[in-house]
Amino acid sequence: MHDLAQAASNFIDLNTANIIYLFLVGFVGGLVSGFIGSGGAFVLTPAMMSLGVPGLVAVASNMCHKFPKALVGALKRAKYGQVDIKLGIVVGISAEAGVLYGAHLQENIKKAFGDAGSNLYVSVAFVVVLAVVGIFVLRDAWKTYKSGTQHEEEKVTKLARWVQSIHIPGTMVYFKSLHAKVSVLFTIPLGFATGMLAATIAVGGFVGVPSMIYVLGAPSLMASATELVIAFVMGLGGSIKYALHGLVDIRLAMIILGGSLFGIQLGAIGTTYVKPFMIKVVMGVIMVIVLFSRGLMVPVYLSQLGLIQTLSDGTVKMLKTTSFAIMIFALGLGAFIVLKAMWQGRQAEKLAAQESLVHSKA
Amino acid sequence: MSYPEKNKPKKKPVGLAILFGIISIVLYAVLLDRQDMLNVHFAKGGMSAFLPIITAFAFSYVHGNFTGHFWTVLGVEPSKKKKEVK
Repeated sequence: MHDLAQAASNFIDLNTANIIYLFLVGFVGGLVSGFIGSGGAFVLTPAMMSLGVPGLVAVASNMCHKFPKALVGALKRAKYGQVDIKLGIVVGISAEAGVLYGAHLQENIKKAFGDAGSNLYVSVAFVVVLAVVGIFVLRDAWKTYKSGTQHEEEKVTKLARWVQSIHIPGTMVYFKSLHAKVSVLFTIPLGFATGMLAATIAVGGFVGVPSMIYVLGAPSLMASATELVIAFVMGLGGSIKYALHGLVDIRLAMIILGGSLFGIQLGAIGTTYVKPFMIKVVMGVIMVIVLFSRGLMVPVYLSQLGLIQTLSDGTVKMLKTTSFAIMIFALGLGAFIVLKAMWQGRQAEKLAAQESLVHSKA
Repeated sequence: MSYPEKNKPKKKPVGLAILFGIISIVLYAVLLDRQDMLNVHFAKGGMSAFLPIITAFAFSYVHGNFTGHFWTVLGVEPSKKKKEVK
């Protein structure tokens, strides 16, 4: 790590184009995070690396923009009554343990199999988790839409009802988002998995939010808002860890933060206009598209490890560029859905206000 | 135009937006103008680790307030229908 810290002292030169690029990616990432509680990081880290930032510095700088962003987002959404602070802190602390274990596991894989092995592990984790969780979330959102029940209160899943029915003395904690007591023996593994995923693919929320919804029984809006508290706890711990090794490029972190704070405020406001199932739609869509993006990279790493026929430089370059472009598309589409849903919500509200004014005059 | 008390439009926080906006611009100007010096001190590791953490909190307070007021001044505000999260 010490050598890496020395390497980190060679931070990249920033020009105006780089600054604008990072600011804009930060804005879109923030917009999505403000809405679904996470996301953005999977684009930000490769975006920084595409400018020549070393991998670990990109991860560290991303982490250092994440916790202040999550703090601002959590405070904003707490004003709308969407945050369960207790659940966020309880899950956040176990997520921190997951981050440390995940990072340790990553280091061991890197030592044993090199960069290609480590990248393959990350990509396979991406593909497997996003395939299972992403398709499940999207399917659920589609079912809600088709059944026409999107206006109704969300139903607690059978699994969550079972989890809430289990009483283990000495471990029960009341969470306001669940209107129920749940044993921390259930929240700890969920937090740990969230942290491990955050350490592996940089977006713990892809497990954190769905698990709060489907396993614990939290409403989508509260789960996505509470994820911001978890992201703050994880991000702060991670940033301190990386800063101790001198890996944070404060300029990159603050420029991305500059854009993302504009975005996160807007994303948080957006949640007050949409139906809760839209959280699942945006999250599911992003997860499934990113799945394809990372899936494209699997042959590249398999070829680097000699497990399949060696790919030509041109093919590798094309796969890398396509993969990055799909990721940007995923984030852009997520942001578009958020903005469109917000716009429609605002228009509907204005129309309703005008109608009520006409009625009251009449 | 007179409004009933409850429908009175809220005064927009223009002053606060400008104040936090100016402080935010100053912070970013210092960050970019002194980047060489900051890179050296902030990347020392060890006890210097508190420097990026404190900086991140300071930026989030100032720039967070600015961006919040910015959207309010532009009229982008949360839904007036009180959303009850159940």
